[in-house]
Amino acid sequence: MANPSVGGVHPVHVFAAASLTEAFKAVPAPAGLVWTYNFAGSPTLVTQIENGAQADVFASADTANMDRLEKDGLLAETPRVFAHNKLEMVVSAGNPKGIHSLADLARSDIVYISAGPTVPAGRYASQILARAGVTVTPKSLETDVRSVVGKIELGEADAGIVYVTDVAASGVKVQGVPIPDSENVVATYPVAALKSASNPAWAEAFIGDLLSAQGQAALHRYGFLPA
Amino acid sequence: MRRERVPVPVAVLAAAGAAFFVLPLAGLIVRTPWSDAGRELITPASLDALRLSLVASLSATVVAMVLGVPLAWIYARVEFPGRGLVRALTTLPMVLPPVVGGVALLLAFGRRGLIGSWLVSIGVTLPFTTAAVVMAETFVAMPFLVLTVEAGLRSMDRRYEDAARTLGAGRWTVFWRVTVPLIAPSLAAGAVLCWARALGEFGATITFAGNFPGVTQTMPLAIYLLLESGDQQASFVLSLVLLAISVAVLAGLRHRWLGTA
Repeated sequence: MANPSVGGVHPVHVFAAASLTEAFKAVPAPAGLVWTYNFAGSPTLVTQIENGAQADVFASADTANMDRLEKDGLLAETPRVFAHNKLEMVVSAGNPKGIHSLADLARSDIVYISAGPTVPAGRYASQILARAGVTVTPKSLETDVRSVVGKIELGEADAGIVYVTDVAASGVKVQGVPIPDSENVVATYPVAALKSASNPAWAEAFIGDLLSAQGQAALHRYGFLPA
Repeated sequence: MRRERVPVPVAVLAAAGAAFFVLPLAGLIVRTPWSDAGRELITPASLDALRLSLVASLSATVVAMVLGVPLAWIYARVEFPGRGLVRALTTLPMVLPPVVGGVALLLAFGRRGLIGSWLVSIGVTLPFTTAAVVMAETFVAMPFLVLTVEAGLRSMDRRYEDAARTLGAGRWTVFWRVTVPLIAPSLAAGAVLCWARALGEFGATITFAGNFPGVTQTMPLAIYLLLESGDQQASFVLSLVLLAISVAVLAGLRHRWLGTA
């Protein structure tokens, strides 16, 4: 892919987990740089980077997908944690099916969907259900956490387990149902510059911004927990 | 054929054009782990996807035959106001992005869809079922059958039908004993094209039917998800299976498409 720099403004290609969509768009860029984002499920991004996508920075929704790139020898540095997140149930606005606990997800009248097992949110959801001792088979394994929310907004599914931040970023058609801390997991978001970065200093500029007070405040506004 | 001197720029561009198609296939064949191919193919996940793909694509082809042949017959034989419009609408999926087809199917047959909300009231829910996979595949593939059969009906010699009728055969007998045998090559070609398109369906399926192994995860979905899960070897092997099927389809239809092969 070409690297167009218009009028001396250099694009920095940031590959970021789908759950970061709104928050990352609020991360300010210094003069001379512009952040260009590719948002998708973390494993999709890893596959793209492995196959030679022009990426400067990777921000994952878990450590497992970051580890995959580390094993491939594609990271330019040790990953740094920049945020945490929690999960909650997402249901249609007004909670018409009366879903109040994880156990409700196993009810026969509930269509439960999840992100796929390779997507961080899907793995976290499985861990949470296991902790709660709830056995439920999802009707669909979506390719990223945002399409779980999308299917619930459309009314095709009744419930899913997604990040607190996904519910906050969604419209008025859905609402969250909290999961108690005893059963919840804390998602860890690492970020790292890639060996394929066109300019390591620019990649570092993005990560520096993310970890700065201003960047952390932007993440906090969208419901992320501090690093 | 007359021998033509090929101008150099034409030869270069044509070679680049051909390479554009050959190279990706070569890439797939080179990167396929041939020694492990058998083992990758008989994993439960691969077999599930293969079985579901066969069941769904063959069902879609049957549905397309049952609904599509009458449609083709009407397009070829009956003049009625708005025929052009109806015909355009029913062939639209050939050029419509499949994911748009999936969204449209959700809005019609989803739980809150035009028909779907009524279906729910009688206890039928389509999204996330194998039936939804068959519907998605039929939606994108049936036009190929309709157009092929329609062309066959238009080009056949109708005097045979007239002759049969003057000999006292009823319409039903004429259709089954005269028309169908005469358009059999078109029927077969249409069915194979339809099946191949159904087998490859991705966008409408993942949108309307979702993705769950054994229920809605067909081969193309499995390939995509294996690729991103890091199990790339398996995705290469499954890709090669679909490639082999496509080659077989092309070989089977070569007299129609490749001229005198």
